[in-house]
Amino acid sequence: MSGEIVVSTEHLTCSYREGRVLEDVRFEVERGDYVGIVGPNGSGKSTLVKSLLGLVDICHGSASLFGLPLADFSDWQKVGYLPQSLHLVNPVFPATVHETVGLGRLALKSFPKRMSKEDKLKIDETLYELSIYDLKAKLMGELSGGQLQRVLLARAIVNDPELLILDEPTAALDPETRERFYSMIADINRTRGVTVLLVTHDSGAIGKFASKMLYLDKKILFYGSFEEFCHSPEMSSLFGEHSQHLMCHRH
Amino acid sequence: MTLLEILSFGFIQRALLAGTLIALLCSVLGVFLVLRRLSLIGDGLAHVTFGSTAIALALKMYSSLSLLVSMPIVLLASLGILKLTEKGRLSGDAAIGLVSAFGISTGIILASVGGGYNVDLLSYLFGNILSISSEEVIIAAFLCLGVIVLLSLYYNELFAIAFSDELARVSGIRTLYINAVLVMLTALTVVLAMKLVGIMLISSMLIVPAASALQLARGFKVCIFLAAAQGCSSVVIGIIISILSNLPASATIVMVNLFFFVAAYLTRRIIYPKNSN
Repeated sequence: MSGEIVVSTEHLTCSYREGRVLEDVRFEVERGDYVGIVGPNGSGKSTLVKSLLGLVDICHGSASLFGLPLADFSDWQKVGYLPQSLHLVNPVFPATVHETVGLGRLALKSFPKRMSKEDKLKIDETLYELSIYDLKAKLMGELSGGQLQRVLLARAIVNDPELLILDEPTAALDPETRERFYSMIADINRTRGVTVLLVTHDSGAIGKFASKMLYLDKKILFYGSFEEFCHSPEMSSLFGEHSQHLMCHRH
Repeated sequence: MTLLEILSFGFIQRALLAGTLIALLCSVLGVFLVLRRLSLIGDGLAHVTFGSTAIALALKMYSSLSLLVSMPIVLLASLGILKLTEKGRLSGDAAIGLVSAFGISTGIILASVGGGYNVDLLSYLFGNILSISSEEVIIAAFLCLGVIVLLSLYYNELFAIAFSDELARVSGIRTLYINAVLVMLTALTVVLAMKLVGIMLISSMLIVPAASALQLARGFKVCIFLAAAQGCSSVVIGIIISILSNLPASATIVMVNLFFFVAAYLTRRIIYPKNSN
């Protein structure tokens, strides 16, 4: 099925009251890609993925998921989403890890959305897969940053999505945990064939794992493989040769 | 007077039955409202209920007939709060404050125009569960059944939006619709609960059991169960204490609820000292 377009945008433009955040963004993601979306603060990375998820209104242009315009798209069970977690989780929220991961199964359900035995087994299986089964009965507020990240990842993949969108999921993690996390996503991408869009500040580290890089600063400045990124003259002029070398050296 | 003698009175039986049903609704809905940071919506809607009751009294519609006026108005007000939050560039608390002010000022103006602060209207400020009629018990039972059925049908959607509105939307949940269901169920419950504890104390019925349950619960379902257990037992204990001590029932119910909260808070500090901050 390689070559199938999973995500595409045409002249996508988004504005907030402060002004334009995304301008004329046009790109396509093929099935099985692992795309690292990088760029400076305020470059529109989060707005881009939120617009793909219908969480932010698109001013001009369009976005499509699995070949369907966003307005007509309803197969949300095909999409897993992991936002920046630390501001997401209310520390006093009384749900256990098992209950929280179970929320990811709701996209598969029609009304009234009830959990079956099969769902519970799938939740356990996902917890095992991410090595967090022992956290099953813990409350969300009792987890460390790295554990929280894995639990929310379990929630995002428990419905076997075909597309996984992650918005700065490692922002509060130390570099070692961050790399482990990227590697875990690479595993999911490879073994399950899940298409991944991952927003990060970490242009260097993500290059080890991503098959493609999208450099955004309101407009797309670069979209291609990490190798192309490292040899791109546009990137040299943007970062300076020394900084670009440092980033690419880590690869 | 012994406990059995107290329980043999019809008005006590009615108060216990209606009170337990309404407390059950308030405490279950309260968990969702507290987690959605909409705790004070009960206060706001109670003020609107005050205004709508003034309209009903002006139309000479008394007792349970006043519900026919109050319910549609409070339902509309609950949707108004949501709309203001979504479209009016207002946070939830500001929207609640705005609608609340409108409700209470309508009530005061109507009471003033209708010959001063009449006794019927003021009785709604503090409630009087011991004067609840059989008709009102039946209405409470039917509405309670309806709300419980709706809550159980939408349980997982409500749980999902309480956890994260954003994640719920990406799971294909119609969050605007589910939020509307939540505030409308709250509106119905508030109208019913007004007779129980009155406008001034209604938000405590919604907030305190949920706040206590959050101290101790290990799991979302457990939290709902604990809140419901506290809400119902506070009504039973509160009514009995109020009869035995000749205290106002509504305030006594609230004080019992607060006692449970303090006990839950202290228990958490003893059982989970590491997570007590």
